[in-house]
This record gives sequence, structure tokens and C-alpha cells, in this order.
Amino acid sequence: MTDGMPSGTTEPADGASTEAPSAGRSERRGSSGFGRYLLKHVGGAAVSLLLVLFSSFFIFRLIAGDPIDQLTKERPVTPEQREAMRAELGLDKPLWAQFVDYITGTLSGDLGSSFQFRRPIFDLIVERLPATLLLSGTGMVLAVLLGFWIGTRSGWRQGSRFDKGHVATGLLLYSAPTFWLGMIVILVFARYLGLFPVNGMRSPDTPPEFWPQAVDIGYHLVLPVLTYTAVVYAGYLMIMRSSLLDEIGSDYLTTARAKGLRDDEVRTKHAVPNALLPTVTLVFLALGGVVNGSIVTETVFSWPGLGSLFVQSIFYPDRPVLQALFVLFSSSTILAVLGAEILYWFIDPRIRRSG
Amino acid sequence: MTLLEFKDLRVTYTGSRGRLPALRGVDLTVEAGRTLGIAGESGCGKSTLAMAVLRLLPKTAEVSGEILLDGEDLLAMGWGRLRAVRWTGASIVFQGAMHSLNAVHRIGRQVAEPILVHEKGTTPAQAAKRAEALLERVGLPASRMRSYPHELSGGQRQRVMIAMALACDPQLVIADEATTALDVMVQAQVLQLISGLVTERGVGLMMISHDLSVLSSVCDEAAVMYAGRVVERGPAHEVFANARHPYSAALGAAFPVIGDPAARKNPGGLAGDPPDPVRLPEGCSFRPRCAVAVERCGEDSPELLEVGPKRVSACFVAQEGMPVVL
Repeated sequence: MTDGMPSGTTEPADGASTEAPSAGRSERRGSSGFGRYLLKHVGGAAVSLLLVLFSSFFIFRLIAGDPIDQLTKERPVTPEQREAMRAELGLDKPLWAQFVDYITGTLSGDLGSSFQFRRPIFDLIVERLPATLLLSGTGMVLAVLLGFWIGTRSGWRQGSRFDKGHVATGLLLYSAPTFWLGMIVILVFARYLGLFPVNGMRSPDTPPEFWPQAVDIGYHLVLPVLTYTAVVYAGYLMIMRSSLLDEIGSDYLTTARAKGLRDDEVRTKHAVPNALLPTVTLVFLALGGVVNGSIVTETVFSWPGLGSLFVQSIFYPDRPVLQALFVLFSSSTILAVLGAEILYWFIDPRIRRSG
Repeated sequence: MTLLEFKDLRVTYTGSRGRLPALRGVDLTVEAGRTLGIAGESGCGKSTLAMAVLRLLPKTAEVSGEILLDGEDLLAMGWGRLRAVRWTGASIVFQGAMHSLNAVHRIGRQVAEPILVHEKGTTPAQAAKRAEALLERVGLPASRMRSYPHELSGGQRQRVMIAMALACDPQLVIADEATTALDVMVQAQVLQLISGLVTERGVGLMMISHDLSVLSSVCDEAAVMYAGRVVERGPAHEVFANARHPYSAALGAAFPVIGDPAARKNPGGLAGDPPDPVRLPEGCSFRPRCAVAVERCGEDSPELLEVGPKRVSACFVAQEGMPVVL
């Protein structure tokens, strides 16, 4: 990605006579190139989205059994009642007709109804999305900032005590299972120290005004965010660190030093901008992950977001919800990657040449 | 007036194979407004010499001796003073300009950067104006300010490096293999540009190259290095035309003379490899590859002694007044 230099491109010959036309050529290539670049990546993303849409329909039909059995579990029902239910849920139609219903429904924004809640899935998602965005969004921003901040300093002073200490701590937390770390966090901070609530997003006795609610939610947010950040920040730390290590020893850093820049200026003005390029994709993938990134954390802390909805739906099993969430999670990742590709065009001038 | 003086400069790297002496006592001077060429093959220590001037060597390198720039010892300076001297006292045109420029910054910003660093109170607009003038001086249109390094050809990038090196009006410019990666036509243009600027601005130039013919066309004086030492020094064209050390002679003969059929059919290579710096041979370090070595060469290490007007050579044979070529 970073060295997307075309090997076969002929360099314009040096000399004043050829310079003006070569400048003009690269400008022209720049403007028409972006359209082609955009089209290529948007097209790729559209194909991926369609594949996700199709496969979501079939995957959950493979893993879950007859939904009517699940819905009527341990209740006496007559075969007539079963058929009526089947018709009500649209399951009496042939598979291809169900597929067509699903595709046209999804594309027009109608995601169907949940088996377990008997409510439109769209409403469920809208209701739970803010909680998820709040938890993973906060956690992700903290993790990226923390990881990059420590990572650049670690890489810049490879082998120092700072570097060794932070890599060891980060990797230890990274390899800890989220549910385990979450339980430890609950035990220590909620149970023994009693500093924070054990689970949930708000207390029932909080006044309904904005500020008391906000404070209450923030108070509930601390432990899940702590857990979530602790588990993922090391990923950003390691990527940023190794990305910076790749730049150390580069000639342009020697040039920057020779120019008389201070060590921290060499790092922040020269090394970090170059090292950031390979990490952009990662940050965008993380943005995509904000929607689905905290399934385990949400479950451990009973956080009323999409992650815990997904887990509940697996246990039920609530096939329409699973289908819809699968499409939502996948498309947020696909769109995030597309965003990364587009951003690349603007931050890495070398891409403009290779398209 | 002496601008730059190396006094018994020694640089030792410590690697996995032990101590590796890269420079073993180098004494050289560059006069203000004059050009000194340094020649030698890969690994002889010439780049180490260039990097040592601004103390850009890796931290693991042990450096001893003195490097006097305008009478001030660079090796004894504090960091703050050193940063102030970097680029204003001496600047470097690095080899391989592709990687020496920052790929994600525009050319204009990179040329203007040292001006903003060293001349407090300069506004970005003023610095940009000066960068534009510098680019124009090296033959690049002002529109190139907004280009990125990859949009330029190798020769153009090298011009940018030269413009950048002149940004803070240094007294000394070090060109480290500045033209090596360029094709012959562009090389000639860039060489002309460098020597023109040196005369125009009266700066001292230390030019490092493995190509003796390049040095003889640009430099007043030339020094030939071998295995971390200067083995011959003298007026550039004389060192090239009439070498007084067998190594300089071999280096000169390695480039065939155009139009000379004898040289074309028989380019004078040099058998063998440079010595392993971890295990240097006894006596003269060039002896294993030398065609004219005598018995004494295996026992003593020759000092740099006068062998003619303004000529010094570290070769026993030359010091005896004998020819160094068979």
C-alpha cells in the first residue's frame, strides 16, 4: 500500500525544456485519476455489500432450525396454529419468494419483524444503536489515541524502559479474554471498591432531566469503556510502533536532523506523518468496528446495545434480527474500508500515480 | 583561510563481529571557497566522514579527534549549539535524493523548512519566497513548490536537494555521492550547477564520490581514501592524471577514457576486495591488492608524506620516487 510506486513508469527527462509539459501532465492525470479510483473502490464495495446481503439470508437458514419450533417451545399448539404462525411470519412461501421478499424489504429499509420482540427490527436497531455507539465509540477513540501516543514514543526509543514496559503491559491486556478482564474489572472496581455500578446503562432512580441522566450514563460507562479500551489499545500501539520502526533509519530523517530540527520535531513532523499512512486503514476498520466491536463487553456489562441484542438473538434464535445485524455489521466494515481507500487518495500522494 | 579541518578523526562502529574501525585517523582541510574531492570505493569511510561533520552518525559510533568548522570543534559542541550549526554552518546534499526527501511533504515546504527553523521571525510566506528563488536558481520552475518528491525525476530531486542545502547560506556544502544515481547527461548538468553555485557564493565544497573523473572536473583538491585512511592528496587533476599511490592509479584506470581504444578494450579493474575492516592486514592495508608492493609494505604502515609539490602519498614506493603503476 505504502510503496505503490509503479515500477515501469518512465521518469520525465531532466532539464528545463521538459519540465513544463510534465507538470501539466501530472495535473491532468490527478483530476481524471480520482474519478477512476473512486469508481473502482465504490464498485468493489457495492459488490461486497451485495454478497453480504445474499449470504446473510442463507447462513442463518443453515444454522437455525425451524423457527416455529423455537417460537412454540414448551407450549401446546395445534398443527393449525402452527400453520397460521408460519403464514403470519411469511415462512409458508417457497424459499425463492422469501428471498425476494427479504431482498426487496432490506433494500427499501424494511428489515422485517423480530421473532422474540414482535416488533420491527428497524425500531430495535434505532433504539439500541446509540448505546453501542457511545460505548465502542468512546472506547475506540481512547484506544486509538492511547495506542498511537504510546506507540510512536515506544518505536522512537526502541528498547528503552518506556518501550519495554508499555509493550509488555499492552500485550498482556491484549491477550486477556475480554469476558475475563471484564469480570475482574467488575470484581475490583464495582464489588470490592464499590466505585462504579456493576452493570446496565442507567439507574432507575435518576431524575429524568438531561444533566443527571448524562452524568449517570457516564458513570455507568466508565467500567465497560475501561475494559474495552484496555483490550484493544495494544493493537494500535503495536501497529503504530512497528510502523514508526520502519521509518527509523530512513534517509529523510537524517536530512531532517541535518537541517537542525530537534529530535521531537523530527519525530512529529517527519517520522509520524510517514508512519501514519499504513495505520489509516486500521483506524477506519476500527470505525467500522464501532458498530459491532463490543459484543462481549456489552454482554458482560449488560449494556443495552446492538452487541447484547445480537447475543440474545443467537440464544433465542431470532433469525430476522440476526440477518439484519449481520448485514449492518458487515456493511459498516465495508463502508469504513471504502472510507479508508478514499482518504488514502488525499493523504498519500504516491497513490495518485498508481491509481 | 581554513574553513573545515579534520584532526586525527577516528570513528569506530561496534557491530556483531566486534569493533569496526571506519575512519582510522583522518587529517584533511577544506579552505573557504575551495572544493575538496574525496574519492574511494564503497566502504572506505567517505560517507562516514560526511556524516561525522554534522554528527549524524549512529549513537553507537565512537568518535574521537577534532572536526573544526570555522575554528569551532563540532565534536565538543552542546546539542543546542550543534543544532544551530547544522545547515547554517554546513549542509549536506545527500546521496539518493529519492529517499532523502520526505515523501509526504511538498517540495516547497521541505526547502523552506530550514529557513523557518534557523531564522526566527521569518514568516512562512517569506520563507516560501526564498524557497522559490532557490528552486529557480537550480533551474526548477516555482510551480514545483507544490509538487511531491515522487512527481520529480531523479535529476530534479537532486536539484531540490541542492536548493535545500543552500537555503541557509552555509559556509560549507558537503555533497555525498550527489550525482552518482544520475545518468551521465544529468550528472554533467548537476555538476555544473554545483560548481557554479560554489564559485558564485564562495562556499567551501566537500564533494564525495567514487568517480575520480567527476571530482577532477569540479574540485581544486582531491583526497583518495582507502580502508578508513587518506592515502593520497593533491591538486585534483594531478591526482587523477598522475597518481602517486597505486590505489589512486587503479581508481583512475577503472573509468575508461572515451576515444582511447586501449582503455576501452582493457578497463583497468582492481583485483580483490577492500580489506575486512575487522581484520586489517599488517603493514599497508592496500598491500594484498598492490602490484608494486615491496617487502617493507608488509611490515610498516606508511604515513602520509610529501611526494611532490602539494602532493602527499601514503605509499613507500611513491615516497622512494618510484612509479606506482607497472
